[in-house]
Amino acid sequence: MTSVVATNPIPTPPIDRHKIGIAGLLRSEWTKIRSVRSTVWALLILVVLALGFTTLITALISAQWDKTDISQQREILADPTRTILGAGFQFSQLAVCVLGVLVIANEYSSGTIRASLLAVPRRTPILAAKALVFAALVFVVGELAAFPSFFIGAAILHKHAAVSLGDPGVLRAVIGAGLYLSVLGVFAIAIGALVRHAAGGITGIIGFVLVLAPLAQLLPGSAGKHVHAYLPSEAGSLIASPRQAADDLLSPWQGFGVFCLWTAALMLVAMYALKHRDA
Amino acid sequence: MLNRAVPPVIEVRDLTKKYGDKTVVDHLTFTVQPGAVTGFLGPNGAGKSTTMRLIVGLDRPSSGSATIGGNAYAELSQPLRVVGALLDASAVHPGRSAYNHLWYLAQTQGLPRQRVDEVLDLVGLRDVARKRAGSFSLGMGQRLGIAVALLGDPQVLILDEPVNGLDPDGILWIRNLVRQLASEGRTVFVSSHLMSEMAMTAESLIVIGRGRLIAACSTDEFIEQGSKRSVLVKSPDAPALRDLIASAGGEVTAGEDDAIIVRLLDAPQIGALAATAGLVLHELTPQLASLEDAYMEQTHNSMDFSGHDGHGANTP
Repeated sequence: MTSVVATNPIPTPPIDRHKIGIAGLLRSEWTKIRSVRSTVWALLILVVLALGFTTLITALISAQWDKTDISQQREILADPTRTILGAGFQFSQLAVCVLGVLVIANEYSSGTIRASLLAVPRRTPILAAKALVFAALVFVVGELAAFPSFFIGAAILHKHAAVSLGDPGVLRAVIGAGLYLSVLGVFAIAIGALVRHAAGGITGIIGFVLVLAPLAQLLPGSAGKHVHAYLPSEAGSLIASPRQAADDLLSPWQGFGVFCLWTAALMLVAMYALKHRDA
Repeated sequence: MLNRAVPPVIEVRDLTKKYGDKTVVDHLTFTVQPGAVTGFLGPNGAGKSTTMRLIVGLDRPSSGSATIGGNAYAELSQPLRVVGALLDASAVHPGRSAYNHLWYLAQTQGLPRQRVDEVLDLVGLRDVARKRAGSFSLGMGQRLGIAVALLGDPQVLILDEPVNGLDPDGILWIRNLVRQLASEGRTVFVSSHLMSEMAMTAESLIVIGRGRLIAACSTDEFIEQGSKRSVLVKSPDAPALRDLIASAGGEVTAGEDDAIIVRLLDAPQIGALAATAGLVLHELTPQLASLEDAYMEQTHNSMDFSGHDGHGANTP
């Protein structure tokens, strides 16, 4: 290739500032997310596995119903929705944590972040746009997993513990499952942006979401109970329950609010770091 | 947006970058003018890449400033339309196609899809545009980096080692491209550790070593400066002439039979010395050094490891 080519073929198009601002950035982040095949596949697998686990767990519960002790039966009967959604939930939240970290950490490991920062030198809008796009995507995918999970689970458990979408709080809980995953995605992006390293970021968020909760439960007395209740994943996942259980310190919306505060605080720290660190 | 009425000059003022105790860029001051290719020359580790990263705001300076057409890079609202930079050609997600890499960048600047196709054509990557960038060779990655730099049709180009990894065809292509961009009135700032490459393309040079400015002048001047002090003298009376030159403050650095190389005295001075002593001269030639010699001459004090021949050895 030795040809020299004219390099000024574009009559520079008129610039519509509004169009370019946040909308252009959102489109750009959407292009980034959908153009990496592993992300798309991971989200598809999330849905499939969430449905699979829900089917498996509820079927096992149903099959073993007569051998289950009364207290456990009561727990399920009190709130079948929590049991149904809980099955696929554990898995989905893990997938969202890992993906959220990867979405930003991969920009660092591949060096793409430098191309992105050259295009948007104010920096923080990139993180905001990325978080918004990922949150919206995870919400949609989360609902694609939550609604079918609920219907499958409810159908399987029907003869032992009947529940319908019209029962008090159930619709909000099913939508809440997607909401929780969506905010969890933003939480993961914030951690990924702070750590800037896939392995470290994933370890960090799994520590936060899966390890801290059982640890806090080991704390003695009401201190332990309070710490546990206000942990991000514990507080946030309450939104996926139809009503406040007897031993829940926070109501579903309170819990979700606590989780949103955690996420907002972490995001602010991540934005400050992005703005002030060398890329 | 850069005001087109303001010349797109890169202006670096007292720029300093420290990483802990190590000063990588040390009070650099220079300007890069439009309409010419300006070479940015220095041994590996001299601070070229860091300086370029500071200019485009990827790193924050410890002190000093860098502006483009009077604005800090971070103040540009659509920077890719003003400045195109090739800093790290491999900065592409290996799972993303070249097309999508360019497209997401175009979207941040409000550029149309058509422009992505244009730059892909321009760098000769159209046929592989939909392939994963992870499968690209070093040279293809470099071409994609050039495509990114040209995406917004910018007035200023900042290219860090653009010929790295290119085959001879690609190197020729870059040379022509860079010259053409400058001839269109753009500001073209190209770093290299390859003297020969700069001799071929750059009209002006900014030379640094250990983060400090060594020279900022035209390429011709730089060669001139570096060769001033060396004169080839041939004389049948060479031994006598050696002593004479030494006592006059000259330095005889090489000599075989009747030929010697003299430094620190210029040709007229040597001629006068010989005439006064009645010595015969067969030849008296100021040595026009290559850019490489001039560079060695001027940077050998500023290399991190003198004697480490990391530069010039891999001249294509």
